[in-house]
Amino acid sequence: MIGSLDWSTLQQLWWLIVSVVGSLFVFLTFVQGGQTLLLTLTDDEDEKTLMVNSLGRKWELTFTTLVLFGGAFYASFPLFYASSFGGAYWVWIAILFTFIIQAVSYEYRRKPNNFLGQAVYEKFMFINGSIGVLLIGAAVGTFFTGSNFVLNDYNLVQWTNPLRGLEAAFNVFNLSFGLFLVFLARVLGALYLANNLDHDSLVERLKKSSFNNLLCALPFLLYLLYSFVTMDGYAVDPANGMVGMEPGKYLNNLLEMPLVLIMLLAGLVLVVAGVVINRFTASVRGIWFAGLGTVLTCLAIFSMAGYNNTSFYPSKVDLASSLTIYNASSSHYTLTMMSYVALGVPFVLAYIAWVWRQMDSKKLSIDELAADDKSY
Amino acid sequence: MIEQIDVSQVNWARATFALTAMYHWIFVPLTLGLSFLCAFFESIYVRTGNEEWKRLTKFWMTLFGINFAIGVATGIILEFEFGTNWSNYSWMVGDIFGAPLAIEGIFAFFLEATFFAVMFFGWDRVTKKFHLFSTWMVAVGSNLSALWILVANGWMQNPVGMKFNVDMARFEMQDLWAVISSPVAIGHFTHATSSGFLLASLFVVAISSWYLIRKEHILFAKRSIAVAAVFGLFSSLFVAFSGDEHAYVTASTQPMKLAAMEALWEGETGAGLVVAGVPNPMKELDNDEEAFIFDIQVPGVLSVLATRSMDGFVPGIKDLAYGNSEQNIVGVDEKITRGQAAISSLAAYKAAKKAGDEPGAATALTEFDKNRDFLGYGYLQSVDQAVPPVSLVFYAFRVMVGLGTFFIVLFLAYLYFAYKNKLESMWGLHVAGIVSVFLGYIAQQAGWIVSEVGRQPWAIQDMLPVTVARSNLDTGTVVVTFFMFLLLFTALLIAELKIMAKQISLGPKGGDV
Repeated sequence: MIGSLDWSTLQQLWWLIVSVVGSLFVFLTFVQGGQTLLLTLTDDEDEKTLMVNSLGRKWELTFTTLVLFGGAFYASFPLFYASSFGGAYWVWIAILFTFIIQAVSYEYRRKPNNFLGQAVYEKFMFINGSIGVLLIGAAVGTFFTGSNFVLNDYNLVQWTNPLRGLEAAFNVFNLSFGLFLVFLARVLGALYLANNLDHDSLVERLKKSSFNNLLCALPFLLYLLYSFVTMDGYAVDPANGMVGMEPGKYLNNLLEMPLVLIMLLAGLVLVVAGVVINRFTASVRGIWFAGLGTVLTCLAIFSMAGYNNTSFYPSKVDLASSLTIYNASSSHYTLTMMSYVALGVPFVLAYIAWVWRQMDSKKLSIDELAADDKSY
Repeated sequence: MIEQIDVSQVNWARATFALTAMYHWIFVPLTLGLSFLCAFFESIYVRTGNEEWKRLTKFWMTLFGINFAIGVATGIILEFEFGTNWSNYSWMVGDIFGAPLAIEGIFAFFLEATFFAVMFFGWDRVTKKFHLFSTWMVAVGSNLSALWILVANGWMQNPVGMKFNVDMARFEMQDLWAVISSPVAIGHFTHATSSGFLLASLFVVAISSWYLIRKEHILFAKRSIAVAAVFGLFSSLFVAFSGDEHAYVTASTQPMKLAAMEALWEGETGAGLVVAGVPNPMKELDNDEEAFIFDIQVPGVLSVLATRSMDGFVPGIKDLAYGNSEQNIVGVDEKITRGQAAISSLAAYKAAKKAGDEPGAATALTEFDKNRDFLGYGYLQSVDQAVPPVSLVFYAFRVMVGLGTFFIVLFLAYLYFAYKNKLESMWGLHVAGIVSVFLGYIAQQAGWIVSEVGRQPWAIQDMLPVTVARSNLDTGTVVVTFFMFLLLFTALLIAELKIMAKQISLGPKGGDV
């Protein structure tokens, strides 16, 4: 069946697949959010270790999802991969550095003779959870605000800003996007930990923290929503593929794709509901509402960026160089083959969920860690 | 396509990739092999129910985890470095190259990541059998990851299953199965993973030998050696077998690399294999200096290795550079001329298309088709650019093969003395075992030098030279990145070594193993 799909259907399908992976990554940044809570929310070393070990059982899933996000983009939209990574060089290098230092921090943090000291590894985790997520948000924000690149006749990229991508973080919209993701990650981190830990007083603090961080995220969220409904957007003329500015493009996208609007609103309501459930009831299951809400919200944002004749990676210095899901994709053959490969994804998600359930059926306690010589 | 080439920038980009790849490959082979050894140890534990084997398993898992973390840290940069430092490459071959990377993420990384948590933290949370299953899944996932990245690398060495699309100005995939099943890809995978098994076996043997010298954890050490030496012997024999097959394939797919490996300047029938030698540093493409200052050759063996025949012709560097009509070899000089014609007709095609001149575009395309197979050569400035650094490749190859042969003998010795129950008294063997783990790392790096330096100047063999594959960055940016990685990775390596050394000195916890 996949073999009979036309190229444009496959391009749309792959934008959906990439969007799902990206949205799952944002949900999984509860690990990064949790890392930023370590230094302020814990009263003693035991509590800190408890949080690190809870997050430490999941950090690789987040890391792997980020790698898959890159790989999926490479396979399906290689022109974006080449243009963005080769062009917005410094912002991606900075993001990668924060993930490199994260990758060793769990394992090395409390190991004796660890060269840099426990505090440094904990700072690495904080940098990854704050600067790393902020820059990812700023980079994704350029899907709407545009970037500084030109493609030549052979589709090879030339970046026109000497900051090579870091300039994205100096745009108010992009910065707001980044800060929203940072606080969202902290909300999700607090919700996840509250659900995963067997420690009453810490769980109470985490419940309050998720609510406080939602309040911090709110101004940025409102600014983003205001921007989405008022800003001009990069529209593609379906007749000739030319990109031009369209007033209220993203509002139009929401109105013309009601399912996306519903996903966005439902997603945000679910995130708020998750936090409210945790804060004002005895339940600690808010993570599942907020997690689903995060995925739906991100899916809606990706849909706004890529569907309905929209340029998902616009160039603000040369509109003709802007990338769409149609001009940046892999060939029909490659997308077809990769679609067959993607049939394995539900199986992968199923075993992840199964193992997650096996491992998290019992909440993590300080006593268990004390008896475990493998704990972080 | 490329108006100006900054050679300095390209070389720094190469150095950055070499740095990050070589750092990464310090940790990967140990992960590949130690994951299986942990699975073997735990299988024995589950089968026998003997708690000593559980403690043994947990100790090696601790070292595995320390190594794994830095392997992950150094690995993420490699995937994204194709985009950051080689963006032209990423666009021009992304249609093909992206696929194995994405498949690796879906089918290998998640397997590792998911079951890694069970392997380390699930001892008291899941059943014994499920835990063992998880350990095996980590081993399978790690090695599946190697499969897909080596399929990608194999395709770079031997690009198959694709065609150049003039409108998109990129290479596009035509046959995924051809990419996956390429003999070069399979050869790379089997040779690299089995060498990882070999290195991990050396690692276990070396640490166990250290304990035996110090008369500590004696039973633990003897048990570890018994398993690791068997695994190491089979692995090292397979490394030799797969290496031979790999060299045979290289002879047909990358003859210039094979010629550099042997410092063979003039092609020969019945060519001899240089067992030991010193290549003449004054020897170049355009002079008649002797190829070697000193060499010992075994007649005919190179021909057998390369063609499976004593009388087979093995082309030399000069044959490949200037052509050999008797052997039907088209020289690089002619390929450059035809490549330049391909570039010109591609430019003419693009210009005609832009101007709406369809007949002109059709004419240009016809011209392009005549020379399309030589497109990459058109970016070379001179014939000598197609010759890799001969001495470096020659020596690296001998280091790899020599050490590989030595490891077979070493594992045989360990097994013999283990069988005779004399391991505890073999002080000299243990010193050799400890030294060998360092030699193992040298052999690993030497292997990659042969593989990657030996195929220069190509990012994609015969299709895309590194000068075109690069990103459009200034030299300063790449230099800064190089030193950032150097400092960060060195700091992390020091941390890893210190932690590892401490854990080894602490030894296995509890019990009498």
